[in-house]
Amino acid sequence: MTTYAGPPSVREGLGGSGHRPPPPGPLLAVEDLRVSFGGADVVRGLSLSIAPGECVAIVGESGSGKSVTARTLLGLAGPGSTVRASAFGVSGRDALAFGPADWRRLRGRFAGLVLQDALVSLDPLRTIGAEIAEVLSVHDVVPRARREERVLELLEAVGVPDPAARAGQRPHQLSGGLRQRALIASAIAADPQLIIADEPTTALDVTVQAQILRLLAGRKAAGTALLLISHDLAVVASIADRILVMKDGQIVEEGPAREVLTTPAHDYTNALLAAVPSAASRGTRLTTGAPRTRPTPNPSAQVLAGTALARSYGSRRVVDNVSFTLHEGETLGIVGESGSGKTTLARLALALLDPDSGRISLHQRQWSHLRERARRPLRPRIQLISQNPLDSFDPRHTVGRLVAEPLRLPRARRRARVLDLLDRVGLPPETAARHPRELSGGQRQRVAVARALGPRPDVLVCDEPVSALDVSIQAQVLDLLADLQAEYGTALVFISHDLGVVHHLADRVLVMKDGRVVEEGDVREVFTRPRHPYTRALVASVPRM
Amino acid sequence: MTAPALPRPPALLGRLVPAVVLVVIGLAVVAPWALTGADPLAADPVDALAPPGAGHWLGSDHLGRDVLARVVHGARHSISIGVAATALAVTCGVLLGLAAGLSPKWLDEALARSFDVLSTLPELLLALLVVAITGPGTGSVIFAIAVAQVPNYARVIRAQTFVVRRSGYVEQAVTFGRSRLAITGGHVLPNVLGPIPVLATIGLGQAVIAGSGLSFLGMGPQPPAAEWGAMLSEARNYLRVAWWEALFPGLAITLTVVCLTVAGRRLQRRFEGRTP
Repeated sequence: MTTYAGPPSVREGLGGSGHRPPPPGPLLAVEDLRVSFGGADVVRGLSLSIAPGECVAIVGESGSGKSVTARTLLGLAGPGSTVRASAFGVSGRDALAFGPADWRRLRGRFAGLVLQDALVSLDPLRTIGAEIAEVLSVHDVVPRARREERVLELLEAVGVPDPAARAGQRPHQLSGGLRQRALIASAIAADPQLIIADEPTTALDVTVQAQILRLLAGRKAAGTALLLISHDLAVVASIADRILVMKDGQIVEEGPAREVLTTPAHDYTNALLAAVPSAASRGTRLTTGAPRTRPTPNPSAQVLAGTALARSYGSRRVVDNVSFTLHEGETLGIVGESGSGKTTLARLALALLDPDSGRISLHQRQWSHLRERARRPLRPRIQLISQNPLDSFDPRHTVGRLVAEPLRLPRARRRARVLDLLDRVGLPPETAARHPRELSGGQRQRVAVARALGPRPDVLVCDEPVSALDVSIQAQVLDLLADLQAEYGTALVFISHDLGVVHHLADRVLVMKDGRVVEEGDVREVFTRPRHPYTRALVASVPRM
Repeated sequence: MTAPALPRPPALLGRLVPAVVLVVIGLAVVAPWALTGADPLAADPVDALAPPGAGHWLGSDHLGRDVLARVVHGARHSISIGVAATALAVTCGVLLGLAAGLSPKWLDEALARSFDVLSTLPELLLALLVVAITGPGTGSVIFAIAVAQVPNYARVIRAQTFVVRRSGYVEQAVTFGRSRLAITGGHVLPNVLGPIPVLATIGLGQAVIAGSGLSFLGMGPQPPAAEWGAMLSEARNYLRVAWWEALFPGLAITLTVVCLTVAGRRLQRRFEGRTP
């Protein structure tokens, strides 16, 4: 490890790597990297180089091999893996000859790793101060006596308020954003020349995501190289110098960020970009780009309305004085960050939860104040599509049985109806005999849509229906929902944390914060001319390409 | 996909031995005459306390009855007490656990606390208490063991019920407008039964021990019926002169319980390793 001139001073450590002699050539260069697990090739011939101070992004959908690539670059491909490459240089040394000890010396010191879920990446039994101090002691960055002081400096550097108090807390006591910051602090503790971040913002709210991206950009400005792994082109757009688009273990396109985003050369990149729902894609089909017919909401036919709804869990007000109306054929978007009360509102609308005060009417008749027995015959009028379809399926049932469950038809006609419904959502009839576990995420969500449509509901409550899906699959499901809505005139309540999705699909929108509606109105009006400061902050946080 | 490699010898042994033993025991229960020609009740005082040898492979007891025949025929009594008690305990345990898990809080609390109280007593002691009230006999032994084991099943089912009733698919079934009864029968019950096969296999071993224990104390099938616990009880007076009279029924009990437990643990590992 001749490149390191000894522990940098505190000032140097926080200021950046400019004081170190830059290593000759790229920090990391790999040629024709191949990773396989038990004969299955996951990465198939990937070449990549990262220069000091450069930000390279690998973008791809799930299963493209991007995470495996990130781990392999740190010698963490995992048990059962075979790694081959025609050249694999890390910091000017040949990594193909590395043993476990060589990799260990490199991790943290040369390159820090930031993973998606800070809650599982941080030891739940240790304080975050101890977590960061460990990196310092392993790599002997600062003398023992200065370690504590340095931990606080690092926490401050990543923007954790009141570092002295936070250092003594454990991961579960921190919010998602603070946890991710703590993880980044531990990744940069040994002042690495390279940070590898695998989906660092995916689990975070959009405003927090913006903060973390600013933080990473700050590290880059200070001279640290970044390798960013993401499924989201927009997230990397603001920060990456070069973008590599990965599909099925291969790089299909590579180039300067601007170029890849504005004039993509490969069809796949094009499709990825086109599939991103946004203001621009409004009124078009995401998968084909063709215009789509929107049902015209019928303002005289109110199907669902809530008045002054409130609901508390214990002493916490989760929904506070919320009113809304929904008309036939209309799509009402509900946006807000985690904990804003969106899901509770959905459960109130579905009468899975009774409001503490206020009332909900369905077709201008009592809904929230009915007795369950009286409500049951009306329940098929309002159906739910949830974020994780697998949770909403009885694990023992086949697709056919799941879709048949809400149908009130004689046995003889049920099967035909199930096949018809599967056909509507673009699933072949054979799917009926399969178990949802055997299906892909997109197919599962289609099954959930088919099941919800079975009873021909007037209202479909969609709670984050596409947030667990890859962008191309998300596009298919959104198109499907739009088509079915146009066909049946179903009213949609569409809950999402993703402003782009709501802007694409919804007619009107409610912006929720801390259980209250802070702004509501026509979706174009609200998102282009937000009046409330919170809406403005939300809109400003959305990463743009 | 590579072909699964042959299990290493110890693993094979651990799987094979319990399987063979359980098959033999099963055979003894269903068709004891296939394993021995001798009559377990035929006494021959002249031939009493004969050591294991050509005439009696496992020796004869103090009344000259063939020990092998008694051990083989005894399986029927001992195992059926265990099976019946386990079946009764599982049925009641599932129903009570389900009831607790679905009841309003006060009723659930009451049921849960009573399971707790019952489980504070050692199983055999509790069974003994019950038998003391109901009087000796095969039926009361079964009932007593079942009472002692009900809390084991009820507690697990109650916990499972809590998980399932809060699950997404139960909630979804509510939105379809299905009745409570339909949801309980269609979704909750089938999905809470998952751990039962494992628990019941291990529980069966415990029930066999408890049954033999109660018989040993003279609470079970009455003489001259061949039952492992009762045989042990009679044999203990002749321990110094005829070790075989006590050893073989004891061995039968031990082997049964060990093999059931090993099989149960294996099932458990399979079950827990399974992806949901």
